[in-house]
Amino acid sequence: MIYNFGLQISMLLFGTNSIVSLDWVDSLIIAVYFVFVLGIGYYLLRFTKTGDDFFLAGRKMTSWIAGLSFVAANLGSLELMGWAASAYQYGILATHWYWIGAIPAMLFLGLIMMPFYYISKTHSVPGYLKLRFGQGASMLSAVSFGLMTVFMSGINMYAMALVMKVVLGWDINFSIWVSSVTVMVYVVLGGLLSAIFNEVLQFMLIWLGALVIPIVGLVETGGWSGMVARIHQNFPTGNYTHLWSNLGSFNDNPMGIHWTGIVFGLGLIISFGYWTTDFLVVQRVLSAKDLRSAKMAPIIGAGFKMMVPLIVILPGLLGLAVIPGLVGEQQAVATGAHSYNEVLPLMLARYAGPGLLGLGVTALIAGFMSGMAGNVSAFATVWTYDIYRPLHVSLAKKEESDAYYVKIGRWCTIIGVIVSIGTAYLVQQFASIMDYVQALFSFFIAPLFGTVILGMLWKRTTAAGGFWGLFAGIFSSVSMWLWVKVDPAALKIIALSQNAKGMAEDMYRALWSWIICVSVTVIVSYFTKPKPEAELVGLVRGCTAIPSEGDLPFYKRPVFWGSVIFVIFIALNIIFW
Amino acid sequence: MIDNKGISIWFFIGVLLLIYGIIITIANIFETFFNSFGRNVVLRNLDFGLWWGILLIILGIVYSVGFRPWKNK
Repeated sequence: MIYNFGLQISMLLFGTNSIVSLDWVDSLIIAVYFVFVLGIGYYLLRFTKTGDDFFLAGRKMTSWIAGLSFVAANLGSLELMGWAASAYQYGILATHWYWIGAIPAMLFLGLIMMPFYYISKTHSVPGYLKLRFGQGASMLSAVSFGLMTVFMSGINMYAMALVMKVVLGWDINFSIWVSSVTVMVYVVLGGLLSAIFNEVLQFMLIWLGALVIPIVGLVETGGWSGMVARIHQNFPTGNYTHLWSNLGSFNDNPMGIHWTGIVFGLGLIISFGYWTTDFLVVQRVLSAKDLRSAKMAPIIGAGFKMMVPLIVILPGLLGLAVIPGLVGEQQAVATGAHSYNEVLPLMLARYAGPGLLGLGVTALIAGFMSGMAGNVSAFATVWTYDIYRPLHVSLAKKEESDAYYVKIGRWCTIIGVIVSIGTAYLVQQFASIMDYVQALFSFFIAPLFGTVILGMLWKRTTAAGGFWGLFAGIFSSVSMWLWVKVDPAALKIIALSQNAKGMAEDMYRALWSWIICVSVTVIVSYFTKPKPEAELVGLVRGCTAIPSEGDLPFYKRPVFWGSVIFVIFIALNIIFW
Repeated sequence: MIDNKGISIWFFIGVLLLIYGIIITIANIFETFFNSFGRNVVLRNLDFGLWWGILLIILGIVYSVGFRPWKNK
């Protein structure tokens, strides 16, 4: 029995029938990582006493820590693997999700929206909705966010375990339990503080583990121009190295998307919805120590986000240059060839020597764990403060102590991880659930952005307008999705083209649902009575005094750094046009 | 950072990078001179692993010394 157990552990750690196999030195690197993250969680337990400590990291984070954590919470391992695969499939077009699909929204969050989130002293996005629109809109947003967050966490967990099985030969149960229990332990111990500290650590590891591929890859191909020449040689008819020049028609690019979908659907709606209202990322910024740090954090995050294509998209492009012939998943299963979904580990195995391979695998694990910690810490906050607390107060007719809610937060973390694990096993049995939950998540993002932005910028918006606009947006998004499912010909109406692929459909659906949300909010608001301006102080532009930054030198002002990042963003788009 | 009363996250990162740098450097010295692991990676002649290990050691020292917890005591 002991022998079998030892053999099993050995097989788990060193892998069989996998893309890469680890030496003891690689396993040592991974083991040290787990010891460190658990050690940090244990160390931070002593600093986590109050609700603010547990749910908002004591609001003591510097702009750098909040900014790095803001990006790291979004940089899951599936993001690394998935976008590298997309870059192999679609070329540099995948970069849009990092540039126009993130940078303007992150800058908008920092410069325009953050003052209201921060000055209102809210602990969450649903918390802001409660202050602005009352309990109805807040509860609708909190319940949808809470449920979707743990479901998505479970889906990511299963997908990660599947990746570890394919790449390293690790047992699925081993990957699920070891990674999720580790995350649970350090988040239960140190709350958001522990999640943020580990996210910053994980962010560094992701970069140091993944940078090996672009550096050695560019040496092998003879730099950027050498890589482009090899791609053209390998794929003479493909257009893999231009960002915008092939988006004039749905048929000119492999994504089947038009530039209007990228600019309006992705750049204006989906990205603004995600980066400015998804509490998973906004929570990191709310932990900043003061308003200037809170404004700077998304700007610093935007600077790093702009560089992420170096470690995600470039490996995919290098793959096109040096390992042509990777195929789609179905063909890979049928023929035994490698799939382009495996391009990142294949490139890692190609370049990473002893120890570096362990560092690269640690980067993947760190990516997954930072994403999961983001999910469970955000879930614990929203569930405790925005769902449990109002229900408990209305039923028990009394308010509880701060320590009580910290205890509930810890239990919510444990429950969140357990539900995530349950979802992971459910997805293992019924794979189609994954598509449905992902679609479900997308239903809420665009309308929520419409509700929050009107609430922040237009004082005439009423509580009824906020609630019914959000409801109509979500309802219309679900209806459009169902319509295309039932009648595929509806794609021509929803996504403006019968050739539109899934991503294009998502973008146009987001755009329409946002327009419907905003229209309904405006119409209902004009027919209902607004709150007196005195009640909107700290919540709405025009009713809130934003502290002046006039006394700061220009190089310390968020607007200066926001402008610098925006100019670089424009320049990069022109360079890779 | 925790209000100057706790250990900075950058110190933790420095120590971790230092440990990783030492492990990777030693492993790649053995790989370079004795072919101990027998990894057949592309551009092996560049000894990239060795240089990366040294870079991690330097970064580790910079962060762990620069943010050492006993600095302000």
